[in-house]
Amino acid sequence: MTKEQISPEKVIEVKGLYKSFGNYHVLKGVDLHLNKRENLVVLGKSGTGKSVLIKILVGLLTPDQGEVLVLNQHVDRITYKELLALRLKVGFSFQNSALYDSMTVRENLEFPLVRNQRRLTKGEVNSAVEEMLDAVGLLHTINQMPSELSGGQRKRIGVARTLILRPEIMLYDEPTAGLDPITCLEINSLINEVQERFHTSSIIITHDLTCAKAVGNRVAMLLDGKFERQGTFEEVFNTADERVKPFYDYNFIQ
Amino acid sequence: MKNKTDNPVILDEEVKRPGKLSRMFITLSDVFQFMGRFFKEGFLPPYEGKELMKQCYDIGYRSLALISLTGFITGVVFTKQSRPSLAEFGATSWLPSLVGIALLRTLAPLLTSLIAAGKVGSSIGAELGSMRVTEQIDAMEVSATNPFKFLVSTRVLAATITIPILTFYTAMVGMLGALLNVSMSEGTSAKLFFQSSLESISFLDITASTIKAVIFGFTIGMVGCYQGYNSSKGTEGVGKAANSSVVIGMFLIFIEEVVSVQFFGLFRT
Repeated sequence: MTKEQISPEKVIEVKGLYKSFGNYHVLKGVDLHLNKRENLVVLGKSGTGKSVLIKILVGLLTPDQGEVLVLNQHVDRITYKELLALRLKVGFSFQNSALYDSMTVRENLEFPLVRNQRRLTKGEVNSAVEEMLDAVGLLHTINQMPSELSGGQRKRIGVARTLILRPEIMLYDEPTAGLDPITCLEINSLINEVQERFHTSSIIITHDLTCAKAVGNRVAMLLDGKFERQGTFEEVFNTADERVKPFYDYNFIQ
Repeated sequence: MKNKTDNPVILDEEVKRPGKLSRMFITLSDVFQFMGRFFKEGFLPPYEGKELMKQCYDIGYRSLALISLTGFITGVVFTKQSRPSLAEFGATSWLPSLVGIALLRTLAPLLTSLIAAGKVGSSIGAELGSMRVTEQIDAMEVSATNPFKFLVSTRVLAATITIPILTFYTAMVGMLGALLNVSMSEGTSAKLFFQSSLESISFLDITASTIKAVIFGFTIGMVGCYQGYNSSKGTEGVGKAANSSVVIGMFLIFIEEVVSVQFFGLFRT
């Protein structure tokens, strides 16, 4: 996606966001926005609150303070019914895929679809499932159980299950965590394909700089509970900041 | 600020550690909210009929072998142990009545429920617990579906429906065990045995047994679901959820048994 294709329209806007767990202050005044059709990579060390941030965006967690606007709706102020409607437009791909392990791949994809679009015929559901599995290149796994899939396949099925509701925004939580380098490249390509084909705007949470470089139109680095560095990959890492340099060195020099 | 999710993992971490008494009241309040949610959402459309049938089948099928064995042995042993006492008064002909009443009034509902608490309750607790810690329940929530309806309502309803059926099955199998013992020791015919047994069983016995089994089934389903749905702390939490489902389930069943015996006793005097 070129810079010209990214719309200046903001689909997510976070202002002065604070979140603590007991005495542990995770987010300390986070400001962030996501433009339409943009891939924003959120980087940061483990435990810095990256996943907490995207869980707040879908209403799985509530902020202590601050404003969270998703598609112009205040996530923490809307009713449960409005939140459900909003969640249809925001896809969430979990770090461990979170596939329903008592269901086949087909049933995993059918689950959100049939419950949100009850008027669909059996044929329409089948073709939607097959189309989505085809989009992630895993149509042949349709009758398999999640336990029979590899880590990379599980990630892809997780993305397909999210995409079946045709969300406008995709949130990826550590999409390449625990995968081998080749599968990581495949997942990176998939994220870019999703953006191209489904015209989604995405936030990708990761600490994998190869992934960040491959998929991110913009990078934001979470440091000490705040986004202190935002910009292109080069802008973020062209620094002597001792909190940022080791991150880059570990990924590209070691 | 109102919480939009019932994710207890986070709630656990969010609140400051309260004292023991406060924790007890918080838990009680959570339990009542959980039950309230079941009654609020469990009977409203859209229904999860397919999942309900699957759970009914699973709960019945999973317990059937053990219940058959336990029921049969109970019938045999209970009859064998009761016979000498009755023989002292020359009242062995009362054995069929005694066994019938004991099985239907107490043994069948209690045995069935205790076995189900062990097998079904732990299974529900572990299944939902592992779904919670692997974020499968969160995944259902963020895809704008209702995990409570799909996972909790169906399991609680299935246990409430299935346990009474299993209770009458246990009573029947227990009677067969008793018949075997009585016919071997007394030479009583099957026809006479069942005639004597059934004559002594009143409509109140059947009603009381059914109501008790419904309450026990509801308890097993609710405890298992509550423990599993609210589990936390990874795999340790899953084990804890399974264990608590059994321990708390059995404890509540005994308390309910004592209360129901007192309650239905009022109608017998």
